[in-house]
Amino acid sequence: MTRYTSATDADLEAMLGAIGVGAVDDLFAEIPADLRLGRALDLPAGLSETECFDHLASLAERNADADAELCFLGAGIYDHYVPAIVDAITQRSEFLTPYTPYQPEVSQGGLQVMFEFQTAISELTALPVSNASLYEGPSSVASAAYLAIGATGRTRLVVSRGLHPHSRETLRTYARGFSAEVVEVGLEGGLTDVAELRDALDSEAAAVFVENPNFLGAVEDLRALASAATEAGALTVASVDPLTLGVLRPPGDCGVEIAVGEGQQLGGRLDFGGPSFGFFCATENHLRRMPGRIAGETVDLDGRRGFVLALQTREQHIRRERATHNICTSQALNALGGIVYLAWLGKRGIVELGELLARRMAYARQRLAEIDGVELLHEAPAVREFAVRLDAPVPAVLDRVAEEGIAAGYWLGREYPEYDDGLLIALTERRSKADIDRLADALARAIAETAAVDGLLPDSGKKPSMAGEVGA
Amino acid sequence: MKPSVPLTPPTNAETPTPQQRERATTIFERSVAGRRAGTLPPLDVPERPLDELIPRELLRDRQPELPEVSEPEIVRHYNRLSRRNFDLDTGPYPLGSCTMKHNPRLNERVAALPGHARLHPAQDPRRAQGALELMWRLERALAEICGLEHVSLQPSAGSHGELAGLLLTRAYHEDQGERRTRVLTPDTAHGTNPASVTMAGYEVVKVATDERGGVDLEDLRAKLDERVACLMLTNPNTLGVFDERIAEITQLVRDAGGTLYYDGANLNAIMGHTRPGDMGFDIVHVNLHKSFSQPHGGGGPGAGPIAVSDRIEPFLPVPRLVRSEDADGAAPRFDFDHERPKSIGRLRGFAGNFGVFVRSYAYIRSLGGDGLAEASETAVLNANYLLARMKQGSAGRFLPVAFDRLCMHEFVLSGAPARRELGVKTLDVAKRLLDFGFHPPTIYFPLLVDEALMVEPTETETKEGLDALADAFEQILAEAERDSEIARSAPYTTPVRRLDEAKASRRPVVRQPL
Ligand SMILES: Cc1ncc(COP(=O)(O)O)c(C=O)c1O
Repeated sequence: MTRYTSATDADLEAMLGAIGVGAVDDLFAEIPADLRLGRALDLPAGLSETECFDHLASLAERNADADAELCFLGAGIYDHYVPAIVDAITQRSEFLTPYTPYQPEVSQGGLQVMFEFQTAISELTALPVSNASLYEGPSSVASAAYLAIGATGRTRLVVSRGLHPHSRETLRTYARGFSAEVVEVGLEGGLTDVAELRDALDSEAAAVFVENPNFLGAVEDLRALASAATEAGALTVASVDPLTLGVLRPPGDCGVEIAVGEGQQLGGRLDFGGPSFGFFCATENHLRRMPGRIAGETVDLDGRRGFVLALQTREQHIRRERATHNICTSQALNALGGIVYLAWLGKRGIVELGELLARRMAYARQRLAEIDGVELLHEAPAVREFAVRLDAPVPAVLDRVAEEGIAAGYWLGREYPEYDDGLLIALTERRSKADIDRLADALARAIAETAAVDGLLPDSGKKPSMAGEVGA
Repeated sequence: MKPSVPLTPPTNAETPTPQQRERATTIFERSVAGRRAGTLPPLDVPERPLDELIPRELLRDRQPELPEVSEPEIVRHYNRLSRRNFDLDTGPYPLGSCTMKHNPRLNERVAALPGHARLHPAQDPRRAQGALELMWRLERALAEICGLEHVSLQPSAGSHGELAGLLLTRAYHEDQGERRTRVLTPDTAHGTNPASVTMAGYEVVKVATDERGGVDLEDLRAKLDERVACLMLTNPNTLGVFDERIAEITQLVRDAGGTLYYDGANLNAIMGHTRPGDMGFDIVHVNLHKSFSQPHGGGGPGAGPIAVSDRIEPFLPVPRLVRSEDADGAAPRFDFDHERPKSIGRLRGFAGNFGVFVRSYAYIRSLGGDGLAEASETAVLNANYLLARMKQGSAGRFLPVAFDRLCMHEFVLSGAPARRELGVKTLDVAKRLLDFGFHPPTIYFPLLVDEALMVEPTETETKEGLDALADAFEQILAEAERDSEIARSAPYTTPVRRLDEAKASRRPVVRQPL
């Protein structure tokens, strides 16, 4: 017996008797002998609970986590504070252990959570319809392409280079299945080049994909981008950071038809990148093409208010090969964390947080720009993340500051060869002025030392391979 | 509408339970202007006007209407909501195809360790060696369990793994200079299979099921040609039966130049007993949220790692996890490799649902190889025992098994006789089970079986639990023989009664007007 099963010898005998076989092995009789494994799996023997805990703890200790370091890493996943009530609520058995709510009468809790989540996300993005979650950010962007192709009958996807590199790569992966072409539009001064965008748009363009703030932290003029798309008859898909929507003009007020994004910022752990959730909102006319679960309000036999999975005829279990998407298991528990977080932050908190980030951002940009060997990569407005150029090899500088217990940011060189000297620095409410000062001092020292050691500047050695793909 | 005999548990539509009397109230309706829960650290930098930092035209005019609720009221709200859910920690949940096995709390604890939960995905791999080693060990374990050497943990769930597998197939054929257009799936396939086929740009071609519940070989042969890119299959299939001719099936497809995709949703039946790789499959997805104990969370998160054969390996998603060993015998080092020219590319951000990997790895280490094999044995034992009980009495008469042979970890009953003879549909039986404190089996799937009920007890259910479930079915059918209206109007004791689903789709209200 394992510790998660409970068949005693007496149970076993009774059960085999009822089935009418002599041994458990007889139940596997339909597996042909030559396909039977015929040996034990070559895996370590089982561990007691304490041994297993110790083993996992010893692996965990070998990671420099955001408690062990001062973390300025972002690039889509941010070290915001996770309120205690998020953990307490998401760890409740009643939310943790049920399946997708296929039996609504006993799933009103989960369904209402979805409905509340949809309301909050719709409110943030100012788009009328939201689904109940997708996997995470980049695959949600690719899912928007599937909708756009279906809705427009066109197959060209026009992508800003300011869109997260993971989203662009994911979009390219999915695009092969859609037989779609991906065209990239460059950046100018940190922002999507609107003139280049207009040139790239033609009658084959299904959608324009932008991010706000974009990967370099710059706040785009979504209205200008969306209007260029609209003129060409293409949809606009904006990947947005939900935590900036307390201050930034929401996609729905900018002529954007589809807003998607990563939801980790909303009460999610860092978790080395997952699980988190993706969200997907759209204008009303796309409701019946939306991917994923959607909860809807209805009434029961006695007229009581209740919630169900709405519009299931879009989904794979009903529509099969004609479904609007293949998604089944999604990220419901993370989305629950998201709505609890948004309730915790509240109407005032979402604005205050955006303001706090923007002000600290202004301070940090100024403070860093004063350092010898640091300049701003762009001057565009920013809220929570910004890019600088270093006058020293970025990987070497990052190594030096890491010795002081600081994860200074994300090196842009791998994904943006043109910004091989670029560093992306993220702020959250957990990074105080004192932390920013500490980062600035450490960077100043590291740049000076690295430059001194290397003699002349900057050549980081490791050239990225993505260069060939740019604009392809 | 009023039932004519006393119900067990006794209740009645005219005397609502306390929970039923409570009107559903959303967090937005609990909002009172001026209240709040979270507070932020004070401003420690100059308070500059926002429109000095960001041009006014890029700023929001109207604040989003998020709730204004105090912390105690938020906690109460979601605690109350939680009581309107049925969950696996409360009672049996024999939902077929979903593998509702116990979710060990140890796994939650280790996933929450700061070294895991607080690790940023962009951390330098040199300072995340514990995480990479965990992923590598999980990859190795899944490779051994599946009998396929190369693993990518990246896909976020089963259907994401399916899409990955089909894009891998496309890349594989293109690399051979071939362009194939069709994918075969049996008519018993899960809905995600055909949906994934379409998303990957292929046409679905259905293969029939024979009288024993396996693939109809004649139909398969007839449909195999140079247009076929892939056959997607699960074995045991969604009828819960093992296709003994699987080696012949995979050989036929291989000979025709197709790849073989194994939907691993049913892996819980066979761990340590037989392996998809040994059956001849090229690509397998594993639902870590089924066989490997990740909690379902009310609809995710999960993870859908894929294991593949040598011929598919060059195309696996990037980044790949790699392990290197220095000659001097130092500890092995782990890294991400982004330079794979033939790769299909990324399927998502960063490296996958790591928190899920931690839980499933803890599960695999807790059980060990023998424990996993035993888990599958007990899952199959429990299913066969429950099936034996369901073949007796009224259940045997009104809900006969669809394919009468040994089952694996699940089985499918047909409610056609119950509908015909009692006027009680599978839906009614399922709804009535709710009053007995059980989550019903999966219903109306697979599509092949009329009025299907798909039952998967899993290995973590006790014999007493199985007996109680069989007894409940018996009682429901006995009741229906006396008065079918009882089941037809069920449930009675749940927070709400049957809901008008058609209304929710005809005039969808998918957010609250504020
Ligand atoms: C047989 C089968 N295949 C595929 C899937 C899809 O898996 P997921 O929900 O993880 O996407 C499921 C899950 O419901 C399933 O039961």
